[in-house]
Amino acid sequence: MDEDRQKRRDEEQWSAADREAGSLRDADFTTVSSAEVETLYRPTDLAEHDYDRDLGDPGDFPYTRGIHPTMYRGQLWTMRQFAGFGEPEDTNERFRFLLEQGQTGLSLALDLPTLMGHDSDDLRSEGEVGRCGVAMDSVLDMERVFEGIPLDRVTTSMTTNAPAAILLAFYLVAAERQGVGFDQVGGTIQNDILKEYIAQNTYIFPPEPSLRLITDIFAFCADNVPRWNTISISGYHIREAGATAVQELAFTLANGFAYVDAGLAAGLDVDVFAPRLSFFFNAHIDLFEEVAKYRAARRIWARHMRDRYGAKDPRSWLMRFHTQTAGCSLTAQQPDNNIVRTAIEALAGILGGTQSLHTNSLDEVLALPTERAVEIALRTQQVLAYETGVANVVDPLGGSYFVEALTDRMEQEAEEYFRKIDALGGVVAAIDKSFFQKEIAEASFRYQMQVERVDKVVVGVNKFATGGPPRVDTLRIDPTLEARQVERLRVLRAGRDQAGADEALSNLLAACTDGENVMPRLLDCARTHCTLGEMVATMKAVFGVYHETPVF
Amino acid sequence: MKGKIRVVVAKPGLDGHDRGAKVIARALRDAGMEVIYTGLHQTAEQIVETAIQEDADVVGLSVLSGAHMTLVPKVARLLREQGVEDVVVLAGGTIPEEDHEELKREGVSAVFTPGATTMEIVAFIESCVAGAAA
Repeated sequence: MDEDRQKRRDEEQWSAADREAGSLRDADFTTVSSAEVETLYRPTDLAEHDYDRDLGDPGDFPYTRGIHPTMYRGQLWTMRQFAGFGEPEDTNERFRFLLEQGQTGLSLALDLPTLMGHDSDDLRSEGEVGRCGVAMDSVLDMERVFEGIPLDRVTTSMTTNAPAAILLAFYLVAAERQGVGFDQVGGTIQNDILKEYIAQNTYIFPPEPSLRLITDIFAFCADNVPRWNTISISGYHIREAGATAVQELAFTLANGFAYVDAGLAAGLDVDVFAPRLSFFFNAHIDLFEEVAKYRAARRIWARHMRDRYGAKDPRSWLMRFHTQTAGCSLTAQQPDNNIVRTAIEALAGILGGTQSLHTNSLDEVLALPTERAVEIALRTQQVLAYETGVANVVDPLGGSYFVEALTDRMEQEAEEYFRKIDALGGVVAAIDKSFFQKEIAEASFRYQMQVERVDKVVVGVNKFATGGPPRVDTLRIDPTLEARQVERLRVLRAGRDQAGADEALSNLLAACTDGENVMPRLLDCARTHCTLGEMVATMKAVFGVYHETPVF
Repeated sequence: MKGKIRVVVAKPGLDGHDRGAKVIARALRDAGMEVIYTGLHQTAEQIVETAIQEDADVVGLSVLSGAHMTLVPKVARLLREQGVEDVVVLAGGTIPEEDHEELKREGVSAVFTPGATTMEIVAFIESCVAGAAA
């Protein structure tokens, strides 16, 4: 109590002194998420802190300071630039370029028809083939993407959710055809369907069968593909949709717990699948808020996994995560400024202890990035890693009165959200009630109004604007590729053993119906050159489709 | 006499990025317009049908997938074919400058790109629809 009183008195003196001196600028001092922050943080803000309980050394529970004792002295983060566009050959070329430039992991972007389960020759795919990622209709396209890239020597992250099981099957069969065993391949599928209903909207099936597909993947990979990260539980898209930092933190971890619940309900042992769960967060422009977010995330995950779920294997307690800088923070105006924004956001990810990082290219607000822009983005990471010294010390902001106080508060606010979500009946029920969608729409609208009133400054947009159209060359997608991809599908269908393909699809249908693990059936479908659209149509016949309730 | 300005805000194609569409929908509603938001994954045919059923003054199309040169002209063309030529068609999203002229030739009145404010969109709609009625 005495400490509380002392703290209040200190605060009053500070703000009173500031007011008297008239020394405060007429500006908004909240974070980019509109969270209040004080002028100064002091030892009294950490009066309740217990080092071993709340922080621990890096590599020790609750991992607030990092998951490894030596962090980047042991191993730098993986520099993983997301890429993919056009025909498989275009993406293959970009991948080879990135590997030659020193990139250490691959990250595959797929086009919207693929993400939504349509073949390139589907009417609904018109105009979208190869646009925001590579077109992927069958295992042959996967083989083209990785032509000359040995799949036992790279790890690949695939950004796919609703049809993740199918893309994993394509990848595994492509590896098999290179002579690489399932136990030698490593990578990640995003496979996080809950955030699709919440934010990004590339869903196909309803939640219940979607969760079943995810637990099928958990079980199959635990037995057969031990180096595969079976899910990347993603806050990135939640943040991009307009959420605050705390909402990103809370909704992502709530989804993580929902997947753990689904795995347990499917009869799996938590320590069998939890070590392969990984996360993916946004790195927005408010540096300290972001660092606090990552630190809080590690602590929350560790505490819940050990104390609530009873996980015994320390690997189940570790929150490993990928970070991508915030696309929504970039501006079409004065696009060169985006290099600076991205560098600071990348720094946040590094200070927050990320395991891998994608830095956005300066032109991504306008189109898919050009090779030159991608190179600058990768060089940004290399400058941070090799020149600045920020990788030399683990959790360099640990012990900062401000960052620790913010970490504590974000954890508390996330816990409040968990209680609200539980009260609504859990994540799926909260999605049905549009809880997340409304929260995000509200935050996103509030931010837009703040920008329009210039309460929040965006340099080059609502302040220091110069006018005139941006001067950047953007990547153009060849409009004739759609026809070529459609022709390839025709050749594939004409040339395959149709009876074999039909049998594989009918076995898939049976597995969907009777609850048998779908992964072996999908592998057979891939091997017999069934298309993604055919597999999805088969699954839709059993699972149905999801329709959103739009709220704004 | 016509009452509120009626606006259909639509998301054509497979793109799920609805942050902008939702912000615009709410800002137009707050500005006193009647807003019908179609939700996601709409075909051009579905959007045109909604526009006709709702007797829309304005159709706003939000595209962030790079497929705007296919989807937006298709909606404008179908509207003309259905004889609803008085509807103002707007496009918004990640649409490069070099595509704006062609979209305007296809019947789009204005293209709003990242950084556009809801205030300027409201003002543009009010000027177009008032101008048409005068």
